[in-house]
Amino acid sequence: MTPESMLVLTKGLTMAFGGMIPALAIGMIVSRAMESIGRNPESAGKIFVPMLLGAAFAEAIAIYSLVVVFTLK
Amino acid sequence: MVLPPLAAETIAHIGSFPITNAFVNSFIVAMILIVTAFFVRRNMKTRANQAPTGVQNFAEAVVEFLMKQAVQVTGDEAKARKFLPLAGTVFLFVLLNNWLGLFPGMGSIGFNHVVNGEAEFFPLLRSAGSDLNLTIAIAITSIVATNVFGVMSIGFFSHVGKFLNFKGFLHAWHEHGIGAKLVGFLVAIVELGVGLIEIVSELAKVLSLSLRLFGNVFAGEVLMAVMAGLFAYFLPLPFMALELIVGVVQATVFAMLVLVYATVSTQEAH
Repeated sequence: MTPESMLVLTKGLTMAFGGMIPALAIGMIVSRAMESIGRNPESAGKIFVPMLLGAAFAEAIAIYSLVVVFTLK
Repeated sequence: MVLPPLAAETIAHIGSFPITNAFVNSFIVAMILIVTAFFVRRNMKTRANQAPTGVQNFAEAVVEFLMKQAVQVTGDEAKARKFLPLAGTVFLFVLLNNWLGLFPGMGSIGFNHVVNGEAEFFPLLRSAGSDLNLTIAIAITSIVATNVFGVMSIGFFSHVGKFLNFKGFLHAWHEHGIGAKLVGFLVAIVELGVGLIEIVSELAKVLSLSLRLFGNVFAGEVLMAVMAGLFAYFLPLPFMALELIVGVVQATVFAMLVLVYATVSTQEAH
């Protein structure tokens, strides 16, 4: 296992593991939002912005792991 | 296919101060905002029976929209009015920077220079959010400002008392009975620890704000470079649309977080 191949492997695994749970989180956030819109279609405008905010927070964690991948050399 | 490097490239020097291409972008956006403000203030119609026209009309519409959103986040109109200059400026600055980075010519107009024996391409313009210096600067300014708002609102000792929390010891001392005193003492130690962790959480706020914006914009730049390198016609189009949306969403998230932190900072300690 040369250092270069370990580096490539680490980069790939970091992004793979770091993206799993944020993806799950975003899916749960948006699915709850869809449920509540389905139950009350008029609230779609009110629910959209908090949903987007929550999704941006969850996505930030995946972005942190992407930044770690960028800094590995 | 040349991916943009992590650090923004220095393209010129003023004395010994390096000018990076992201700095040029942020300077252009600052000039756009300042010139717009100048033209709004010139012959400004301020009396109640004069309808605003032209640039002033547009600027008033933008400010009213931001004020409405701010009142929704803070819940209190006086507080929203106090925090709007900071949060609104952060929103407009980050939004214009993100959108300016999508113009044709960003990242493609530049010069070749020999670095360490090989020719490297130095673009003259680059999206400002893709430079970590800019995002950390905005984040530090915003968090320092929220703490200053806290001190201005609830007083210096009350604000510092949120972080160095010795009030629990006072409560424990006034309890009756040795058992109650002991329990109160332990609770006070835990509260002191929580207050110290809050100091670390302020640093975490700076890091999370800056890294969120930097990661989104820089990943967008890399994505555009990869897509344009794959097939330069029509393929980058949906990704340009994605970058437009990401620009708006990240500006909104940054500004809303600044508002929320300022609101929490100016609340009385419970």
